[in-house]
Amino acid sequence: MSSFEPKIIAFCCDQSGYPSLEMAGRLGLRLPKNVEVVRVPCAGRIETIYLLRALERVADGILIFACYEENCQFLRGNLRVKSRLFYAYKILEKIGLEKERLEICNLSTNSGVRFVEVLQRKYDALKKLGPNPFTQKV
Amino acid sequence: MKAGSNLEKILSRGIFAVTGELGPPKGNDVSVVKRKADLLKGYVDAINVTDNQTAIVRMSSIATSSLLIQMGLEPVMQMTTRDRNRIAIQSDIFGATALGIKNMLCLTGDHHTFGNQVDSKNVHDLDSIQLIDCVRTMRDNGTLLGGEEKIEGEIKIFIGAAENPFGDPFEFRVIRLAKKIRAGVDFIQTQCIYDMNRFKEWMKMVRDRGLHERVHILAGVTPLKSGGMARYMAKNVSGIIIPDEIIDRIVKAKKPAEEGIKLCVEQIQQLKEIEGVHGVHIMAIEWEHMVGQITEMAGLLPRPKVE
Amino acid sequence: MIKAEQKPMDEILGYIESYNKILLSGCGACVTVCHAGGEKEVELLSYSLKMARKKMGNPIEILEITPARQCEPEFALELKEMVQNVEAVLSIACGVGVQTLVRHYPNTPIFPGLNTTFLGETVIHGIWEERCQACGNCVLGKTGGICPISRCAKQLLNGPCGGSSNGKCEIKKEADCAWQLIYDRMKNLKQLHKLEEIIPAKRWGIESRDSGLRRIVREDLKV
Repeated sequence: MSSFEPKIIAFCCDQSGYPSLEMAGRLGLRLPKNVEVVRVPCAGRIETIYLLRALERVADGILIFACYEENCQFLRGNLRVKSRLFYAYKILEKIGLEKERLEICNLSTNSGVRFVEVLQRKYDALKKLGPNPFTQKV
Repeated sequence: MKAGSNLEKILSRGIFAVTGELGPPKGNDVSVVKRKADLLKGYVDAINVTDNQTAIVRMSSIATSSLLIQMGLEPVMQMTTRDRNRIAIQSDIFGATALGIKNMLCLTGDHHTFGNQVDSKNVHDLDSIQLIDCVRTMRDNGTLLGGEEKIEGEIKIFIGAAENPFGDPFEFRVIRLAKKIRAGVDFIQTQCIYDMNRFKEWMKMVRDRGLHERVHILAGVTPLKSGGMARYMAKNVSGIIIPDEIIDRIVKAKKPAEEGIKLCVEQIQQLKEIEGVHGVHIMAIEWEHMVGQITEMAGLLPRPKVE
Repeated sequence: MIKAEQKPMDEILGYIESYNKILLSGCGACVTVCHAGGEKEVELLSYSLKMARKKMGNPIEILEITPARQCEPEFALELKEMVQNVEAVLSIACGVGVQTLVRHYPNTPIFPGLNTTFLGETVIHGIWEERCQACGNCVLGKTGGICPISRCAKQLLNGPCGGSSNGKCEIKKEADCAWQLIYDRMKNLKQLHKLEEIIPAKRWGIESRDSGLRRIVREDLKV
């Protein structure tokens, strides 16, 4: 179990998540080992199916980094992704996968430190939770 | 005379009528019918027999009405369109009149999801106004609904219907009453009245259209047993309005049940004074033994014998 | 349009329990609009089923297709090659679409993945409400354009029952009383007098849904 390195997909909104990632880089902060960043023009671009595909294929966990709720450049993109996340929770419940694997984090452009902290927390939590059974070879 | 029932005779002579209500047993225990019938005997001119009220399965209103006749009482058989299509309705009317039933109350019925068979399929082939029209056609034309087909024998029924002055939209209630009258209703029993002002307002609308001269209106009353009951009904029963001062009066009373009876008697006395009200319909739900006292206190006894 | 909702996952899993390769077919028409059976939902359900089966240790292969209208023969026939390569079909079209596939693929088990719920309107995006029961002899002309057959719990044709309270139906508190709506509209149009007319007993048995299989024939179109 100790060798398990959780794979995290981090969806990053171009207006908040991605700038925060860049800032973390400038500050020399280190991300957990197994993070794959997916850059999106707006968190509202993330469809429910993306979350499912990721969980079916590779991810042990998913983090969505989106703007604060009143701050969406496209008005409601971050609210849309939030409701899609809740819809995904319902699907996960039906097929018996822990909803803790999916999470949204709202931040601003300059949240480099927070970005890394949240990822690290997710990494630790997933390490305890164990691997996603769907990504394991049957 | 359309049917020659006791109720029809009383009303046609201009006597203030009194009707009661009897809920059949949730089974075939005839002694329940007998016990309730004995409590009402001598205090009312006719007894409504409910038809699976609130969609709870009970002994059929036809069978219970027939038992009342055997016990020497006059039933008002209630019939809802919830559970019967027009084939069953007309067949049941043949049967009911053959058993000597002369009064009938035409209702749509409480929705089946209120009852104990929530998964049933409701019928509503007719609505209550179409049911009135159906019974009138059978009685006055001697044919089945929508057909030339002659009925063997004669259908003699005094046709009643319900009306709720406390349902919404308020202004529609009189339009609906007018439709029922046009469909052929002879008497109306109202939903239980607590909001006297609204009832008076409704009666004024009824008189403005001259409807009170074309139908006998019996005002519905239900004595309140307790503050809890008053609060529950006010909050949960759609189409019943209980003003706060009435709830307060029952809640604050030392003996709420006695106060409830007193209030009911006062209401009857007020109702008697309203032009166009030709009687009262006392719905003492599982409190049938109080009907004697209420009618006594309201000065409605003895009930007249008419020939 | 026709509205539908996905069946419970356990029921769907039950239908396809004994198969290892199925076709999941959506429909590009009504059920796409109500987000129950379009291309998106096909993919979501496909992933969900694959994951659920994987978890059970009994993985399943699922082919996906979303014909434009599953209820039309020419579109249903687009599935032919795929149907030949699977053991069963799960359809997330309405009940009509399911039966179109049944008619064209007599040798393949076809299962429904949706409950077809009603003919309805989009109130706002995400809320759909029943508006028509396809009774076959429309009364809207007499009821101010508001349908008491689909919107009144007792299908009353001559006015509200006693359970209409503050504009709402006593059966479902979130539902408007159809007769309150009819009354308000007729009052607004100054046509209240039209509601005084008695609407006679409806012809359920000859012109309507209790007349047996209903069928429309247009000779001019059959050529």
